Amino acid sequence: MNLTLKIWRQNGPADRGRMVTYRVEDVSPDMSFLEMLDVLNERLILEGDDPVAFDHDCREGICGMCGMVINGVAHGEQRATTTCQLHMRHFEDGAVVTIEPWRAAPFPVVKDLVVDRSSFDRIIQAGGFISVPAGSAPDAHAIPVPKDDADAAFDAATCIGCGACVAACPNGSASLFTAAKITHLSLLPQGQPERASRAKAMVEQMDAEGFGGCTNTGECTAVCPKGIPLDTIARMNAEFLKASSK
Amino acid sequence: MKDNVNYTVGEPIRDTKAPEGPIEDRWDTRRFQAKLVNPANKRKLTVIVVGTGLAGGSAAATLGELGYKVKSFCYQDSPRRAHSIAAQGGINAAKNYRGDGDSVYRLFYDTVKGGDFRARESNVYRLAQVSVNIIDQAVAQGVPFAREYGGLLDTRSFGGAQVSRTFYARGQTGQQLLLGAYSALERQIAAGTVEMHTRHEMLELVVSGGRARGVVVRDMVTGEIETHLADAVVLATGGYGNVFFLSTNAKGCNTTAIWRAHRRGALFANPCFTQIHPTCIPVSGDYQSKLTLMSESLRNDGRVWVPARGGDDRRPADIPEGERDYYLERIYPAFGNLVPRDIASRAAKNVCDEGRGVGPGGLGVYLDFADAIGRLGRDAVEKKYGNLFEMYERITGENPYETPMRIYPAVHYTMGGLWVDYDLQSTIPGLFVIGEANFSDHGANRLGASALMQGLADGYFVLPTTLGDYLAGAGGFGEVDEKAVAEAEITVREKIEKLLCVNGTRTADSYHRELGRLMWDYCGMERTDESLRKALQRIPELREEFWNNVKVPGDGEGLNQALERAGRVADFFDLAELMCIDALHRTESCGGHFRAESQDADGEALRDDEHFAYVAAWEWGPDGPVLHKEDLNYDYVKMTQRSYK
Ligand SMILES: Cc1cc2nc3c(=O)[nH]c(=O)nc-3n(C[C@H](O)[C@H](O)[C@H](O)COP(=O)(O)OP(=O)(O)OC[C@H]3O[C@@H](n4cnc5c(N)ncnc54)[C@H](O)[C@@H]3O)c2cc1C
Ligand code: SF4
Ligand code: FES
Repeated sequence: MNLTLKIWRQNGPADRGRMVTYRVEDVSPDMSFLEMLDVLNERLILEGDDPVAFDHDCREGICGMCGMVINGVAHGEQRATTTCQLHMRHFEDGAVVTIEPWRAAPFPVVKDLVVDRSSFDRIIQAGGFISVPAGSAPDAHAIPVPKDDADAAFDAATCIGCGACVAACPNGSASLFTAAKITHLSLLPQGQPERASRAKAMVEQMDAEGFGGCTNTGECTAVCPKGIPLDTIARMNAEFLKASSK
Repeated sequence: MKDNVNYTVGEPIRDTKAPEGPIEDRWDTRRFQAKLVNPANKRKLTVIVVGTGLAGGSAAATLGELGYKVKSFCYQDSPRRAHSIAAQGGINAAKNYRGDGDSVYRLFYDTVKGGDFRARESNVYRLAQVSVNIIDQAVAQGVPFAREYGGLLDTRSFGGAQVSRTFYARGQTGQQLLLGAYSALERQIAAGTVEMHTRHEMLELVVSGGRARGVVVRDMVTGEIETHLADAVVLATGGYGNVFFLSTNAKGCNTTAIWRAHRRGALFANPCFTQIHPTCIPVSGDYQSKLTLMSESLRNDGRVWVPARGGDDRRPADIPEGERDYYLERIYPAFGNLVPRDIASRAAKNVCDEGRGVGPGGLGVYLDFADAIGRLGRDAVEKKYGNLFEMYERITGENPYETPMRIYPAVHYTMGGLWVDYDLQSTIPGLFVIGEANFSDHGANRLGASALMQGLADGYFVLPTTLGDYLAGAGGFGEVDEKAVAEAEITVREKIEKLLCVNGTRTADSYHRELGRLMWDYCGMERTDESLRKALQRIPELREEFWNNVKVPGDGEGLNQALERAGRVADFFDLAELMCIDALHRTESCGGHFRAESQDADGEALRDDEHFAYVAAWEWGPDGPVLHKEDLNYDYVKMTQRSYK
């Protein structure tokens, strides 16, 4: 099939950026979206043009490195799917596809579709951990964890830190990402000692990074490739309130 | 020296620094002997850790906790994205929580045997000992392992083990373990003990006064070349499976860091030992950029088959039972579909070579769940494998509940890597190598669920002790020689400039694809004297063409992903050559290394312990590599031929 791509090109943070149109031909339906871009880039290189920069690594939907807004939707229209796992069979021959980077002030564009998500790491630095130096842990069976709690903690822990939730949110909020970590750790007995300080510090860091507030639009869960549920945000807010009133 | 293949044999390696005495006591002995660094001095000592996967992430965090000044590097935009994140199946540990007869000794025994008697006993024993601490550490960090209703940890048996010792977190064990290590690392970054450099690629090692003293890196965003100095350098940069272009590794996995260290004097051990995983989604076209693993656990319930007759292109459902060949069950009645990875992979290759493969190009076999669905019901199958089935459908567009999966072997893991002693120190003093980047614990074949174990054992427990011993002698390493720094930087700059100014007619990726194809055909699942000699003739020709005809766009000033790739491909060429030399010299078959000339009457791998019970550690030399042999002695596990019939 043949497609028309409209891709955001931006040379660096200072560049204003613009959409540029490219035609790609003979796209196989079995190609992944990134493989389609690889083919375009190979051609651009040989034609002496600058290939389109985009982040990716595992190409298995788990590292969280890839991410583009495709036809206005973070990671594209297929639900619960990262950009790298999206395949061309979901596009129609002759379609026009727009491709843009995550857009949010705390995610400045590095180049083209590549953005800087280090703000996420700083949110984790603020408290997204359990303080347990190597070698100091008790036997793993010392504290049983009810299966339901362990499973719920796991569900929240599957966040891959891709940032789609931020890109989709009209307020540019990082609530789903932050809530996923707070939920994961607050559900486990090991996470209790630092529970309050963690929630408080992480939420404050999220605000300090310039992410917007949550107004419950639910756009984040809709695009989240791991289906992190919206109720994690309610849990985060409750944890934060409790921590702040202490 | 053998005809057109240039290598020489040097001095054997006699001392691996493992303590003497009963194997159970060696690690305790080493820990007790290890010199300690006084806390006030730790703050004055800088350690560079390159890589933030399970090995590097856990090491950097732990060294930070101990009070060293740590500088950590990775090429991704966050340490959390290291390739370890993709591991699915699980992590082994000799906890014996099931009371099913597991023990440290049994895990040690299984790993030595699984490695086809090409790993060191002392190292493997320590790995098995430390395995139990890893689970404790991970649980304390909040890693949400699978649990049973009573709240205790669940385990499963994996990769043909007869005990249930594999801990897992659904199909995302690597992700959860890495996020645990990552959170510990981020805690140390916040505490100021670790300085993190993301989007920085290591391109050279600085050796001064005979010791590793720093690295030269490129800031991938600004293009700046920076030198970072330290009292010791730790490489945790993962495996080099991407030399085959197509593999289950992440796209950025590379050999550059360890190859540059090799060029500066570190020996490279067993480079030809690669693991081919039997259950991956087959290639669908020329544009294919990577291969996706389907967890080994699927073989617990899926049955592998191909049409009995070549050229049978009926739909699988239309092929009656009597005209199917369930070849693993037929050839290996005792283990059936659960034979180890190397055996399952080669069997798939054989049936495809006979023209009985299925799917595009005939490079695939069926993995069929119809029986399992009939026996257990669709719901039960969905509970167990739902996420894998979904992933399969997403990639292929086919529904595995209705039609069998198509699978084919793919490059997955590299057992070879930089040679290290018992302390995980390479032959360059002060250069330590951990995780998949070293060669130490898996011999010629790695068992499932043991790479995660090794990475974390190295990073949380072994390295922090042995590195301390090395550094206790430091403070006295002196100033780094400016000439050594300048020389390392110049090497880096010259390589970049050279790549940028060729301005030829082919992309780096297209050369990488061709190199990968050549390695797969000639140094892949089956190797022969003839195929390896062909490869050794073709690789230098292709490399020459690459350096005269590659086209790398843009400049070195900012983010330039094509330049990054070209630099990695250049090093893959050199590594590929060494892999083929190693494979050619080892005329036996063992583990993942199958030499067609060395098989028994039934076509099974035939080891040659008399001549090859050694680690082949290669030294780089301008006139071809120099082979140093480290003899392997088995005092505890009796050497036997593996048999799965
Ligand atoms: C799909 C898949 C599934 C697997 N499943 C399992 C499993 O179930 N159980 C199991 O035990 N094993 C499994 N393995 C193997 C296991 O995941 C790896 O061997 C292990 O995670 C490697 O960890 P590592 O820390 O050594 O390296 P990696 O996790 O590969 O980390 C390498 C690090 O080095 C950095 N780096 C690399 N080169 C450079 C450079 N030049 N400059 C700067 N930084 C650099 C990277 O940024 C990264 O941070 C699997 C592997 C794959 C591919
Ligand atoms: S919550 Fe979902 S969308 Fe947001 S970073 Fe995590 S995985 Fe990505
Ligand atoms: S590239 Fe890793 S999630 Fe897409």
